[in-house]
Amino acid sequence: MEFSAPSPDNAIDQLKIVGKPTTRIDGPLKTTGSAPYAYERHDVAADQAYGFIVGAAIAKGTIKAIDLREARAAAGVIGTVSTLDYSPLALGPMNTANLFGGAKVEHYHQAIAVVVAETFEQARAAAALVRVDYARSEGEYSLDRAAHTAVSVPPEEGERRAVGDFPSAFAQAAVTIDREYTTPGHSHAMMEPHATIAAWEKGRLTVWTSNQMIGWGKRDLCKAFGLKPNQVRIDSPYIGGGFGGKLFVRSDVMVAALAARVVGRPVKLALHRPLIINNTTHRAATRQRIRIGAERSGKIVAIAHDSISGNLPNGKPERSVQQTTLFYGSANVAVDLRMAQVDLPEANAMRAPGEAPGLMALEIAMDEMAEKLGLDPVVFRIMNDTQVDPTKPDRHFSERNFVECLRTGAERFGWSDRPAKPASRREGRWLIGMGMAGGFRNNQLQPSAARVRLRRDGKIIVETDMTDIGTGSYTIIAQTAAETMGVKLTDVVVVLGDSDFPVSAGSGGQFGAVNSTSGVYAACIKLQSLILERLGFDSADATFVNGKIQVGSRSVTLKEAVQSGELLAEDGIVYAKGYEERAQQSTFAGHFVEVAVDSFTGETHIRRMLAVCDAGRILNPITARSQVIGAMTMGAGAALMEELVVDTRFGFFVNHDLAGYEVPVHADIPHQEVIFLNKVDPWSTPMKAKGVGELGICGVAAAVANAVYNATGVRIRDYPITLDKYLANLPRPD
Amino acid sequence: MKPFTYERPRTAADAVAAVLRKPGGRFIAGGTNLLDLMKLQVETPGHLVDVQDLGFNKIEPTPDGGLRIGALVTNTVLAADPRIKRDYGVLSRAIVAGASGQLRNKATTAGNLLQRTRCPYFYDTNQPCNKRQPGSGCGAIGGASRGLGLMGVSTSCIATHPSDMAVAMRLLDAKVETIDDVGTVRSIPIADFHQLPGTTPHIETILRPGELITGVELPRPLGGRHVYHKVRDRASYAFALVSVAAVLQRDGSGRVAVGGVAPKPWRVEAAEPLLRRSSESFANSLLSGAAPTEDNHFKLALVERTLAGILHEVRA
Amino acid sequence: MNGSGKWRVSRRGVLAGGSASAAMATMLDAQPSHPRRQADIPVYDVSFTVNGEPRTLSLDPRTTLLDTLREHLQLTGTKKGCDHGQCGACTVLVDGFRINSCLSLAVMHEGDRVTTIEGVGSPDHLHAMQRAFVQHDGFQCGYCTPGQICSAVAVLKEIEAGVPSHVTEDLTATCVPSRAEMRERMSGNICRCGAYANISDAMAEVAGVNV
Ligand SMILES: Cc1cc2nc3c(=O)[nH]c(=O)nc-3n(C[C@H](O)[C@H](O)[C@H](O)COP(=O)(O)OP(=O)(O)OC[C@H]3O[C@@H](n4cnc5c(N)ncnc54)[C@H](O)[C@@H]3O)c2cc1C
Ligand code: SF4
Ligand code: FES
Ligand code: FES
Repeated sequence: MEFSAPSPDNAIDQLKIVGKPTTRIDGPLKTTGSAPYAYERHDVAADQAYGFIVGAAIAKGTIKAIDLREARAAAGVIGTVSTLDYSPLALGPMNTANLFGGAKVEHYHQAIAVVVAETFEQARAAAALVRVDYARSEGEYSLDRAAHTAVSVPPEEGERRAVGDFPSAFAQAAVTIDREYTTPGHSHAMMEPHATIAAWEKGRLTVWTSNQMIGWGKRDLCKAFGLKPNQVRIDSPYIGGGFGGKLFVRSDVMVAALAARVVGRPVKLALHRPLIINNTTHRAATRQRIRIGAERSGKIVAIAHDSISGNLPNGKPERSVQQTTLFYGSANVAVDLRMAQVDLPEANAMRAPGEAPGLMALEIAMDEMAEKLGLDPVVFRIMNDTQVDPTKPDRHFSERNFVECLRTGAERFGWSDRPAKPASRREGRWLIGMGMAGGFRNNQLQPSAARVRLRRDGKIIVETDMTDIGTGSYTIIAQTAAETMGVKLTDVVVVLGDSDFPVSAGSGGQFGAVNSTSGVYAACIKLQSLILERLGFDSADATFVNGKIQVGSRSVTLKEAVQSGELLAEDGIVYAKGYEERAQQSTFAGHFVEVAVDSFTGETHIRRMLAVCDAGRILNPITARSQVIGAMTMGAGAALMEELVVDTRFGFFVNHDLAGYEVPVHADIPHQEVIFLNKVDPWSTPMKAKGVGELGICGVAAAVANAVYNATGVRIRDYPITLDKYLANLPRPD
Repeated sequence: MKPFTYERPRTAADAVAAVLRKPGGRFIAGGTNLLDLMKLQVETPGHLVDVQDLGFNKIEPTPDGGLRIGALVTNTVLAADPRIKRDYGVLSRAIVAGASGQLRNKATTAGNLLQRTRCPYFYDTNQPCNKRQPGSGCGAIGGASRGLGLMGVSTSCIATHPSDMAVAMRLLDAKVETIDDVGTVRSIPIADFHQLPGTTPHIETILRPGELITGVELPRPLGGRHVYHKVRDRASYAFALVSVAAVLQRDGSGRVAVGGVAPKPWRVEAAEPLLRRSSESFANSLLSGAAPTEDNHFKLALVERTLAGILHEVRA
Repeated sequence: MNGSGKWRVSRRGVLAGGSASAAMATMLDAQPSHPRRQADIPVYDVSFTVNGEPRTLSLDPRTTLLDTLREHLQLTGTKKGCDHGQCGACTVLVDGFRINSCLSLAVMHEGDRVTTIEGVGSPDHLHAMQRAFVQHDGFQCGYCTPGQICSAVAVLKEIEAGVPSHVTEDLTATCVPSRAEMRERMSGNICRCGAYANISDAMAEVAGVNV
């Protein structure tokens, strides 16, 4: 099904099942521990051996020799694999750091060997016996030191970085700010470690793994091992979180596959937790500069956003400036994205790459600007709303209700009660403050396919390589199929995550829900036509309701329709070339936060959080809410505690476990309220929905930061906002 | 984890003999610290002597009006004991400020006192660390040291002792009771129990090889207001940046011990009279001779402010 | 190997020692490169009950309770998030107390009564807490969930038993299951998906706490 124009009314608009609060269909499995994750697939392959990965002990250099003798002689060991035995495995197009093979060490804890044994305990002990001789080389591990060497990254196709004349407009603006902000590296820190069981059978590789993007994974495995598509299968039905960290096949898949070949048995392994942070990818640290110029009335006339991040050679920058060309109306905009080379582990996508750190800075700057203008920050943002793409004013937003997000949020949160003067509200030892920020994230269109079967028992079976990483894909796909086919939710069976199924959008960039359900919708429409064809019905006025096909006075149950054999339809959604360029599809949020800061110790407690989201039609308010509260939680972490601490001498992330890399715990998170505007966006897809899972994090950290400022009167521009940064300036009770 | 043998004796005498009989013998109680470190091969015992059946799991009154806590009493049981809650509130509060509910259900009184530092370089066997591998250097000095110490540290090691419980025990002047292989029983004032690093940071306590902790004795209750304020980056399940234990009396006198700043709970009795004056003057005295790093300098102000907050509340 | 040249044994590897050629041979004919070794590590017998069923196992003493459940008994409902006591995914109940099964050796549990998520309820017979988690969407990816639920069940009992927490105002008063108490006590179970607010709702429902 090609989508080339805003969607007319369709089966989804019935909203009998789609759009209704629906608890997860996989809920009973997940709450009882019955949903099998990658490392737990005892049933899929007999005789599984255990692998344990050895990570490089240096950040940069060469491996001169690896002595595996002791490891191989250790109890229970059945095989070893050394990076020196292979050339570097070819990488997929979106990765930078070598995953395995060769003598070159590009980053700390790079996988350099694996030991396979009969048991996990044996493999782990033997891995400690691997002796490695390194030649260290000099590296650059400090973004601050490297920043001056950063070079501008050329715009991607269609990316607009400037409009008007920023320098003159800024120079002439009545009110200006020019500020620098820093954000640290972040780790996905998903709860399920990267894990894989790999098995070879007759030259065909199967991996049971934990991966967000099955299609990409299969492509990259084919490339790495020189296999044809029919020689690789990936199965990933349950994924214990990804947040971008499992967009790509990682070293666990590569070395499990190699090890399984070497020992001639299925091999299972997981990245042990202390290895994950340096072995895998992370969100890059940034150094950002924002300049805003406005008229005295508050109208922004000039805005510039520069960002520097670091990565390995040939890596990608953190695109922290991308929202700045679209979020607020300004006739003069200039953004610059620069990258410096640092020899830390690979920087790559993490939940809302670009916008998440970009808005951490931009939305503090907006708060600072509002203050300087003497405007309420909500009012200031409303004044500068735009309904068109500022870099191309004849291009409109498909739907943009940012102002309504802000107004609704302000009203619901009791924003009018915010102390206008910072550090002016006290409750005993606590300083109380409120902050808000805008959220922005684009909606991306990606092709997505599915296969839908009408089984002889009348059940609808949906198969697609789409993944459910906690996003609720199982449930919204079932809702989509049930709605379209006119059956009950319980009459739909959804099977996901298998690369033998049609290729979906996958889970990333908040494009999963909207595109994968659209693909399922397309396949269902095709199935409808096959059913009608078999029944000899005229398709024009047929309806699918209550498990029946109805044409005029004739009515046949779905079950009856397939008495002679089941029907199978495969189709997907694709988007006409240039369609996305016709209108800007984005999602918006208003985030509101109240904090209490201990005036003695500087400890911050978040007391309330509210998000008002404009993200098209909400397919399932329960799972969508969960995506947003989860993202708000991650945003709270980014605001107050999350930071990959770099040892700039030895070149690694020091706090490389879950005790060192602190993420929010229960006690950090208060009641969270989420309001969806639920505005249908026919431009997006037949589902008229948009992404929401990343929108939820965009702006949250800045809202917290602004609340801390409002509480304390101390402005911190360097995340995370930990007490050591403002203690000295924190007003004590008199 | 290196291979080891395991046994579970029934008496203290057997346990002490067992731990010395085989090379690399170690006691294991809850296992929450030792196993963590064994998985990383920071610790590599060859023989584990499980002490859980030795019967040291009672809390009993002592003749002089205090309490004797068995070495195996878990942190949860200790914190929940009605006598502890009533008379030694600071201890109860310190314990529940630490770790998590699950960990406290396993962690024992002895194991908690003997837990090792959380210095990230100590945990990473690729990095230099004088405590883990004497003579290899200190990764933390000149590295990431925000969580590390500034009192009692040396140029060999700036690690902190991470226990919350121990800070309260130091405040209460607890005594650590031990027994060794020849049956010698010692009662060690907690002030003397943990050792400063000097040039030998791998030596952390006064215990001799094979010496078994049998219990901890608390003197008579102090009365007064009991407070434990732990400051950390997240609200729970995190080690202290700084923690302050205090028992304050109506007359303005009191005791204060501080965690998160030193290789042992940090208390300077001589400074305590200054508590009547101000938090600043007390803190200046308590923290005199501090050797902070750029990363952990803030702890000086944080100790003072945390104490100021406590005094403010108690005296309000 | 199909000789595409993209996945080849490097020359350096061949020079580095005999291992590369052994590996090469293995890859070609997919035979195990070593005979299986009999473990020359001591093995210990241990007996305990799991979800009411008596189990006796012979184990390498290094085997944690967690790996015993997941790998030896194939009870994979209990999760491994960190293996170092830092996440709570491995939470099980031992003699009614919740613990991190990753930081406990199986051999230390002789005679113990272990309850895992599989013993709390099953898809067809959900425990009230499991039902409340489904109803309030107290999870997303589901990986921390069994640990959260085991903890949640135990937390309500701990409050009842008068075990204090960091947020208990008055140590000597009766503990009540407030939202703040539950949040604090659940803090040893990390949920990176951030389902905390919904878990709090689920627990409040089971505990009969208003808002
Ligand atoms: C993620 C995490 C967070 C934590 N957070 C905190 C925190 O915030 N605050 C805090 O205070 N603690 C914290 N802890 C540490 C925890 O309190 C300790 O691990 C625990 O107290 C150790 O007790 P155990 O009985 O398990 O000791 P074990 O691990 O069994 O033993 C520790 C040491 O004590 C020795 N030992 C044990 N018993 C005896 C005995 N009777 N005689 C002689 N030697 C003995 C052992 O040989 C070993 O060297 C945390 C731990 C983890 C894993
Ligand atoms: S501070 Fe102590 S524990 Fe940390 S690296 Fe230095 S010597 Fe080791
Ligand atoms: S797996 Fe045990 S606490 Fe993380
Ligand atoms: S549900 Fe994913 S970590 Fe909690």
